[in-house]
Amino acid sequence: MSDLTSAGSAVGGAPVGGDGPTTEPSAGGKERSTSLWADARRQLLRDPIFVIAFLYIVVVGSMAAFPKLWTSQDPRACSTDRSRVSPSWEHPFGTDILGCDYYSHAIYGARPSMVIAVMATSGIVIFGGLLGLLAGYYGGWVDTIISRLMDIVLSLPFLLGAIVFLTVIKRQNIWTIALVLFALAWPTIARIIRGSVISSKDLDYVHAAKAVGARNSRLMFRHILPNAIAPMLVYATIVLGAFVAAEATLTFLGVGLQAPAQSWGTMISVHQVYFLEDPWLLLFPCGLLVGTVLSFILMGDALRDALDPKFR
Amino acid sequence: MGRYVIRRLLQFIPTVLGTMFLLHYMTSLAIQFSGNPARALFGDRTPPPALLQAITERLGYDNPCLDQRGNPCFGLFLDRLQNIFLHFDFGVNLRQREVTELVADAIPFTLKLLVIAIVFEAVVGIAAGVLAGLRGGSFLDYTVKISTVFVISVPIFVLGLVVREFVGVKLGNVLRGQDWIPDLISVGVFTPGFKADYPFASLIIPGMVLGAVSLATTARLTRTSIMENIRADYVRTAKAKGLTNKRVIGVHTLRNSLIPVITFLGVDIGAAMGGAVVTETIFNVPGIGRLVTMSARTGESSVVIGVVTMLVLVVLIANLLVDLMYAVLDPRIRYE
Repeated sequence: MSDLTSAGSAVGGAPVGGDGPTTEPSAGGKERSTSLWADARRQLLRDPIFVIAFLYIVVVGSMAAFPKLWTSQDPRACSTDRSRVSPSWEHPFGTDILGCDYYSHAIYGARPSMVIAVMATSGIVIFGGLLGLLAGYYGGWVDTIISRLMDIVLSLPFLLGAIVFLTVIKRQNIWTIALVLFALAWPTIARIIRGSVISSKDLDYVHAAKAVGARNSRLMFRHILPNAIAPMLVYATIVLGAFVAAEATLTFLGVGLQAPAQSWGTMISVHQVYFLEDPWLLLFPCGLLVGTVLSFILMGDALRDALDPKFR
Repeated sequence: MGRYVIRRLLQFIPTVLGTMFLLHYMTSLAIQFSGNPARALFGDRTPPPALLQAITERLGYDNPCLDQRGNPCFGLFLDRLQNIFLHFDFGVNLRQREVTELVADAIPFTLKLLVIAIVFEAVVGIAAGVLAGLRGGSFLDYTVKISTVFVISVPIFVLGLVVREFVGVKLGNVLRGQDWIPDLISVGVFTPGFKADYPFASLIIPGMVLGAVSLATTARLTRTSIMENIRADYVRTAKAKGLTNKRVIGVHTLRNSLIPVITFLGVDIGAAMGGAVVTETIFNVPGIGRLVTMSARTGESSVVIGVVTMLVLVVLIANLLVDLMYAVLDPRIRYE
């Protein structure tokens, strides 16, 4: 396991799907291949923090994808005569101010957060990754233009920029929020890719491939990009958590999803005034939210340790 | 060095113009697609056309290019640039108060909040980072590691809400019941919201909440860079010379390790401005952040754009200064 050949050359470097925390290695598992990914998988499965965080994300992901799996109650079936009833066997999270079942609301509330985070993250991975690749590979004026563009977007503080865009757009739904998060966050990933492309485009095997007559696109996607996948994957995992938090923050500030929509952010912002009388109304959504963000960050940390041979 | 400064200044200009154009284009698109913002003044009522026309004209929304969807309105952009750089005019709100005036009223609170946040974050973050970095793998190191991960993963508004309710209300109520505690502490510091009677004391807790988010990053950064530097040759030399531990750590190690931390703190001003929006809304501080949220909620995009343009200029200048300072602070860095 220790005879890792090269830091970046992911053996069998088929591009790993960039839109989620997939840790599936591309190399077959039968023969003891010591590719970066197989090694990383072995290390990750032995890391209890990663496994717990991963299981938590699987749970939240299944809430988002199949809410029916977790609850049979309808979060829209409300009756005001049971407003703010504390948790009981029938309503494990109690009921909210309008007398709706809070547990099913929390389950259904996972979907918007996760959908926004996944859409925005896939967007920045594809778009930011492509621009970073172009800027790093071609250099020169292409790099200048793309870098200035990145500077411009990065100079807007994230939260302020999101507030401005959502205020002027005026239609706040899952799509626009994902779009705004995407528009403000792509430069960071483009920078990461650009840096790692620049550092690997002068490696000997790239020159060799060029000498053999490989086209630009083959050089970029087959020989250079696999080097950048590890840092991209780490960042994408962390940014998923950041986007979940950002959605809730924007909703809380009143520029995100609006009340009839169900999300953890609306749960928190609607019930924040009842914190002292009925703290569970806030503790459940806050707990789910913090758990999700924490899991993504811990997974990102574990991935970084596993994918960076320097830490071994 | 000189060439670097010039190049950096030349890069600064297109970035400023580009950012301002981005903001301008967003506003124009919003007006082109969702109609005359002056209508927001009237709510549900239909205003008499002449009145609407007059107000639209006075607010400067009567430019014909604002009716053509997708038109980037370069003429209007040039006017705006002139207004901003020559007359220091960032627009007016729907009631025709100057945005500069609104900001001037709000800025003292935000500045105090930012200063408290940055001081808190620098002092506590660097101290925790140094202690953790000197004894890697110790109990303290793990405490710092775990608490930083935790603080990073709690969104600032959740932290703010919890602190407001538990510290401001619950603990505050207990303290307010005790006679021997001075009002400054029980009413001023431990308050759920900003109090005009205690303009500094009641900002301490909001400031600490604001600083807590970047505190974690500061501590981690200090820890890593102390750990890197402690093994450096010059530190060993200093120890071999027989200098006291205090001097080796305090002067030789710390000074070099703080360079990335200072850079981070400088860049963090921008993020703190964003965080101030949340903290000020939660703690009801009448600063710039709350101005932005309130205008965003009522749909006064002109105020939001004006304030954000101003903040972006501040952030860009701060970044420029940090970059230049970095070049001065660390002579090992060459930008040729």
